[in-house]
Formats: sequence, C-alpha cells, structure tokens
Amino acid sequence: MVSFITYKLILVIIVFLVSLLIAMYSTYAERKVAAFLQDRIGPNRAGPFGILQPLADGVKMFMKEEIIPDVSNKWLFILGPCIAMLTACMTGVVIPWGGVLTIRGHEYPMQVTDINIGILYLLGVVSIGVYGIMIGGWASNNKYSLLGALRASSQMISYELAMGFAIIALVMHTGTLSVREISEMQTGWHWNIIYQPLGFLIFIICAFAETNRAPFDLPECESELIGGYHTEYSSMKLGFYLFAEYINMFISSAVIATLYFGGYHVPFLGRFVHDANALAILGSVFLFAKIFFFIFFFMWIRWTLPRFRYDQLMHLGWKILIPLSLLNVAITGILMYLTGRIH
Amino acid sequence: MLTNRSQAVAKKEMTLAERLYLPAILHGLKITVSHFFKKKVTIKYPEEKREFSKVYRGTHVLKRDEIGAERCTACGLCAVACPAEAITMVAAERKKGEEKLYREEKYASVYEINMLRCIFCGLCEDACPKEAIFLTDRITPSTFKRGENIYGKNKLVEPIDKPIDISARQTQAVLEFKKHKEFAHNKVYTEKQLPNKH
Repeated sequence: MVSFITYKLILVIIVFLVSLLIAMYSTYAERKVAAFLQDRIGPNRAGPFGILQPLADGVKMFMKEEIIPDVSNKWLFILGPCIAMLTACMTGVVIPWGGVLTIRGHEYPMQVTDINIGILYLLGVVSIGVYGIMIGGWASNNKYSLLGALRASSQMISYELAMGFAIIALVMHTGTLSVREISEMQTGWHWNIIYQPLGFLIFIICAFAETNRAPFDLPECESELIGGYHTEYSSMKLGFYLFAEYINMFISSAVIATLYFGGYHVPFLGRFVHDANALAILGSVFLFAKIFFFIFFFMWIRWTLPRFRYDQLMHLGWKILIPLSLLNVAITGILMYLTGRIH
Repeated sequence: MLTNRSQAVAKKEMTLAERLYLPAILHGLKITVSHFFKKKVTIKYPEEKREFSKVYRGTHVLKRDEIGAERCTACGLCAVACPAEAITMVAAERKKGEEKLYREEKYASVYEINMLRCIFCGLCEDACPKEAIFLTDRITPSTFKRGENIYGKNKLVEPIDKPIDISARQTQAVLEFKKHKEFAHNKVYTEKQLPNKH
C-alpha cells in the first residue's frame, strides 16, 4: 500500500513538473516559432539561444507590482486565475504517458489513474476551466474583461458540443471511455486518425477553440479588448492565466496525440526493440515527440491565420461543425453496422 | 501597373473547395513554414552592425586643430543654421596663456547639442566657417534619462590623444568646394587631404 502511494505520488509530481516545464518552454518556443515564421530570430539574449528567457519572464512576473482593482470582488478576482491554473493541471492525470514499466516483478503503468470514464473526466475538467476565465472577467469589473469572459463562455459552449460529438464517434469506434484502452487499441498503424479523419478535423478545430488559441483567441484579443478577460490582471495572477493557457495547449496536444495518433505506439518499433521496459520508455519518447509536433502545429496555425470575427466564429461552430460532427456520428454508425460490428 | 504580382479580382460564387477554406489554410501554412527556413533579416546589434552609407550623419564632433586647440570660435552660425534649434552655446574670451587650448580669441565655454531635438541634417557642419563641427559615423546611443541626451563639450570635443576620423564624410565635391578662398584659413582640411590631381 505504501509503495503504491509513493509510486502514485512520484508519478503525480513528475506529471505536474513536466507540465509546468513544458508550459514554461512553450512560451519560449512560441516566441521563437513566431520569430522564425516572420524571418526574425527571436529571444537570444538570456543564456545561449535565449533558453533562460522563460526564467527571466518568470522573475519579471513575480517582481511586478500586484494590483487588485478597488471596485472588484477581491475573492473572485483571486479565485479566477486559481481555477484556470488548477483545472489546467488536473487534466494531466488521466493521460497515459507511456506503457507499463516492470521493475522487480511489479508493474508500474505510466499513468496516474486509469479511470474508466477518462474522456468524460477530461471534458468535464476542461469545461470547468472556462469558469476561471468567466470569474476573472466578471470580478475585474471592467467592460473589456466582461466582454472577453462572455466571448470565452459562449465560444466554449459552441465548440464543446461539436467536440463532444467528435468524441462520441470515437467512442463508438473504440467502444470504451478509458483513455488507456483507447491508446492500447492503436497498435501498429491502427491509429484512430485513419478511422476517424473527419472526427479528428472537428476535434482539432474545437481544441483550438477550447484553448483560446488563434484563430479563436477572441476572449483575449489584444486589438479589440486590450487583453480581454485578463485586462485588469498583473503580476503572477496574469502569469497564471498565461501559464494555464500553455498547459492547456500541452494537454490538448497530448489528448490529440493519444486519441487520434496512437498515443505511445509507434509502428514497427516492436520489431527492433524487444525489451518491454525499453519499449515502454521509447514509446513515451515518441508520445512526447508527437505532442511537441502538435504544440508546434498550434503555434504554426497561430502565426498563419488571422482571428475570426465573432459572427464567423458562431457560424462555424453552430452551422458547420455541429452538423458535421452529427454527420460523422451517423457515418460511423452506418459503417459499423455495415461491417457487422454492431447489430 | 505598379507590381507584377497583382491579380484580377472577380466577384463570383466560391467553389466548394474555396468554401471549405482548408486548401487555402494548407496553402497559408506552406507559405509560413517556408519562411521558417529562410535567412533571417535580424542584425544582432551590439555584435553585428549595419553597414552605413559613406556620408552617414551621426553624432557630432567638435574638432581640434593640428596642435590640439579647439577650432570652435563660438560664432553661433551653427546654432542659427540649426532648423531644430538644438544647439546652444556660451561664448568666452580667451585669456593669456590659453593659446594652446583655443585656436581663436573667442571660444565656446559651453556648447550643448540636444540630441533629442537634433535631426542630424548636417546644416551646422555646412554653416561652420572654422571647420570645427562635423557629423561622424558614430551612433547616438539611447539613454535612461532625458537629460543625458544633452551633449556638452565633454562628449562633443574630440579627445586630444584620440582624434576622431571625419575623412569619410569629406567627399570629393566637399573638398573641392572648400578650396574657395574664403576657407583659406582652414588649411588642415583643404590642402592636406585633397589628392594632388592638378
């Protein structure tokens, strides 16, 4: 029992630290990618190639004066970034970060907990994340913040539906809600992207909207809302919001890689590596490679596409993505019936 | 036509592929990622420096003559010529025994250029009858305080042991012009540097 708790505790701490580390360096990567896509070289002063830049940014965030507006609801104002950060960190626990390590006869799966409704848990926690934005925007008592919060919540509602339908089709195909089982099914080339291409497209578009990333970054658009819901925030509270966004981006990439791109499975790897532990660790490495690619993809999209107008966002969500995801559910069902998997 | 890249715009119904936007998005992604591998235009300033034009007009210098005396005689023509009114000076009379310090009988005890006002047009250089003020190829550095931008004689007068080279800005045409007899008293920059073509 004690060893079980220590193992889980260590795993939780590792997942937490890795999330923070990757979120930290995502800020650096974002600036570098942005610079490279615009023929610049980006931060290069703090340390070699500027790799200490995130530390410098962190120190700056901590050193800045912390301002809580007089008129705002102080407790809600503090609660906002806390919820954003908390929910962002909570999602990492159900994602299988790798296969099973066997040490001295004990099996240690590289996943904090394999709850049988893992996907529901993911969706649920992500939906709570919008409360951080809403509460923060409301408590700021600033019309720009409120507009940002309103946009965030309506955007969340619009896109969560389509995302849910995309996942329903995936669950129909896999027959399970457990993230580990879904990822176990995708051995070899049986990645879900091959069976659910339309579902993947819908899912990734919704993932962009859920993480408030460009081209769906209406809640925090600088040009119209001077920062949106975090206009009134300063110091590390602002840092929490920004950080939560990057953790969300990391988790979204991990979810996309796990649900649609085979998780920690790599085709043909089993032929070259026979040791189970080595295979598990290599699997994790490849999972992170996939995750990093999707993080890059998030940034790549951000620096390519302009922001949607609000009515275009709503049009895309309600009139295109939701019917399309329903169609995807129907097609999946028909194909499953035709191939005899359901009767 | 101003450019060879302009395209005729026709208002027509969009095709299905166009309405999907996905091909256009992929095209956009292709363009941005191609820039990822392009040569970067950034100049890493303190280590690398942009190549300046030969006649670049940067921070001013107040020259000394061949024995190290300040050439400026505080006539005020540069201040009058200055369109930005950046130059101020206070004139003083040379005392006995200061002949090695000041070339003329009158000199500028205070000479200040406000670098925030200066537009680096070079009219002060044109106006100067004593070949005292020149613009150089040195950059005026940014400062933390506004006051630091007012350059006094301590920053403007060239050090005795380290003369500042201004020959790059003295083009052939300028040197030719300075052969006129009204500049005869400024021997240093006319005869010495003019190549002996004639």
